[in-house]
Amino acid sequence: MKKSIVTPSRIMGISALLAVVFLVVGVVSVLTGTAGIGAARVLRGIVSGWREGYLALDPSEKTILFSIRLPRIIFAGIVGAALSTAGVVFQALLRNPLADPYILGISGGSAVGAIIGILLGASAVPFGIPALAFLGAVLTVALVFVVGSREGGLDSNTLLLAGVIVNAFFSAVIMFFISTSSSADLHTITFWLMGDMSLADGDKVMLMGLLLAAGAGVVYCYARPLNLIVTGEETAMQLGVDVKRTKIVLFFAASLITAVAVSFSGMIGFVGLVIPHMMRMALGTDHRLLLPASFLFGASFMVLADTIARVVFAGMELPVGVVTALCGAPYFVYLLRTRRM
Amino acid sequence: MPIVKVADVDFRYKNIWALRDISFEIRRGEFLGVIGPNGSGKTTLVRVIDGIITPEKGEVSVSGIAIRDMKRRDLARLVAVVPQDSAIIFPFRALEIVMMGRSPHLGMLRFEGESDLEIARRAMEMTDTLSLADRSMDSLSGGERQRVLIARALAQESEVVLLDEPTAFLDIKHQVEFFSLMKRLNREKGLTVFAVTHDINLAAAYCDRIMLLKEGRIHSVGAPGEVITELNIREVYETDVLVDANPLNGLPRITLLSSTLSGQGSRSEAGAAPQL
Repeated sequence: MKKSIVTPSRIMGISALLAVVFLVVGVVSVLTGTAGIGAARVLRGIVSGWREGYLALDPSEKTILFSIRLPRIIFAGIVGAALSTAGVVFQALLRNPLADPYILGISGGSAVGAIIGILLGASAVPFGIPALAFLGAVLTVALVFVVGSREGGLDSNTLLLAGVIVNAFFSAVIMFFISTSSSADLHTITFWLMGDMSLADGDKVMLMGLLLAAGAGVVYCYARPLNLIVTGEETAMQLGVDVKRTKIVLFFAASLITAVAVSFSGMIGFVGLVIPHMMRMALGTDHRLLLPASFLFGASFMVLADTIARVVFAGMELPVGVVTALCGAPYFVYLLRTRRM
Repeated sequence: MPIVKVADVDFRYKNIWALRDISFEIRRGEFLGVIGPNGSGKTTLVRVIDGIITPEKGEVSVSGIAIRDMKRRDLARLVAVVPQDSAIIFPFRALEIVMMGRSPHLGMLRFEGESDLEIARRAMEMTDTLSLADRSMDSLSGGERQRVLIARALAQESEVVLLDEPTAFLDIKHQVEFFSLMKRLNREKGLTVFAVTHDINLAAAYCDRIMLLKEGRIHSVGAPGEVITELNIREVYETDVLVDANPLNGLPRITLLSSTLSGQGSRSEAGAAPQL
């Protein structure tokens, strides 16, 4: 009987397993790339430098491994973890299996911010475009919350509708900018819209990691109340949850997490929708397990997708959003056809 | 001291009054039934007692404390609700649902311990749902789901259980089983039960007292024999009924009367008439 409930040891076990998966994917990804520094080359470097205690590789090879590939992998991992975690929270709060992190218009808002940044040449300033994208996201969330609040609480249906409207409005704004901008800017804009991981560096990764840790930490504290809210807001109240406060805290935390991911990496679709579903099918609906599992598996999935994006065509890079959608959409159809949602 | 005291409560949705001048007490250990037509305020009353909605005027207190001064968690330790069957979007297993009843007894990051599991197990034993523990809620029948929700309310270990038309979607076998179970818990465990129901005969058979609501006001309250009379039912439901004594226990029993059911002409179409 105990096997059908979530226990701390089960959470630890599955999290450890998924962490190992992430490490394996990460190592494979570090050793994969168009520069021809593969496992064999690195292994030889390790072996020949073993006695002296250093890695026998060229400085340029070390730069590629540790200053280009490694930050980018951590970056992808953070974005995947953030979007998957936010996806779990939005699906639960809105009690809607089709919800994703972008459903409240965050993507549209940050896209408009980023595009304005690109057109104004903000990429010359450190954190220029992410800062503007973040500002766009935050302003959008504030707007949607003002529209979606009723009698001091947040009404899920009104929020959902507000998000749809805001997204529609922002797509029009985005199309306006696209149709009036030069072809050089157009390429940058397109890449941003489809999700771009190529600009990872240590500072960025550090900042994102801290913000994600804070947001995910807050979310995890509310994992059990989230279980109750999934069974109905009134039921959750009857079982002692302060639903109004819980919803406000969780909506803000999940929006923050999403805004962080989107402003640095652009709009990467499907991760925040598919990963929570996969994990829910494999592990059940208890958020105390679902949240850490989605966090870790989302990170692995994104690293894998980004690795494919950077190696599949030699000499050029795909936007990672193309990969996640090309893998994610068919898989989602498969899930829909074979399993009950 | 009564376990629940409702004093001068008024409540309205926008500009429609749902409850007017409601004052009554739920006595410790009693089985109090609430009947009344659609829109008479029965469900609103349950929501007011559990603090889901706040009355415009008046006060509800549980165990001597006004619920507006209570934290939700503290109220949930005193009052549990068995709702009508609710929509299931993300399917939990039955045991997970029952364990949720332990929530008001746990701190924020605390996990359910062995004792909580034992309480859940006993609650499932009482409701005959132990064999369903590992099943997903969306694979259960309406009656089974309802029993799991009762088990959750029992695991909550509250002093009062509010039932909001719990048998609305159950067949007659499960209706009787449900009320028998609640009655047994009421008798054996001293659980106070407040049951909103549409079924006047079931209410008469199981409740110590019955409250009859009409248009948001208390029409009458008292022992089943005092409240369920032909006159009261006609006044409140605007329907003619026959009230006689149930031959088994002497409690009031109603039979619906209407031109098609009581007249001579109905004989030929008896097969098509609704079996009430």
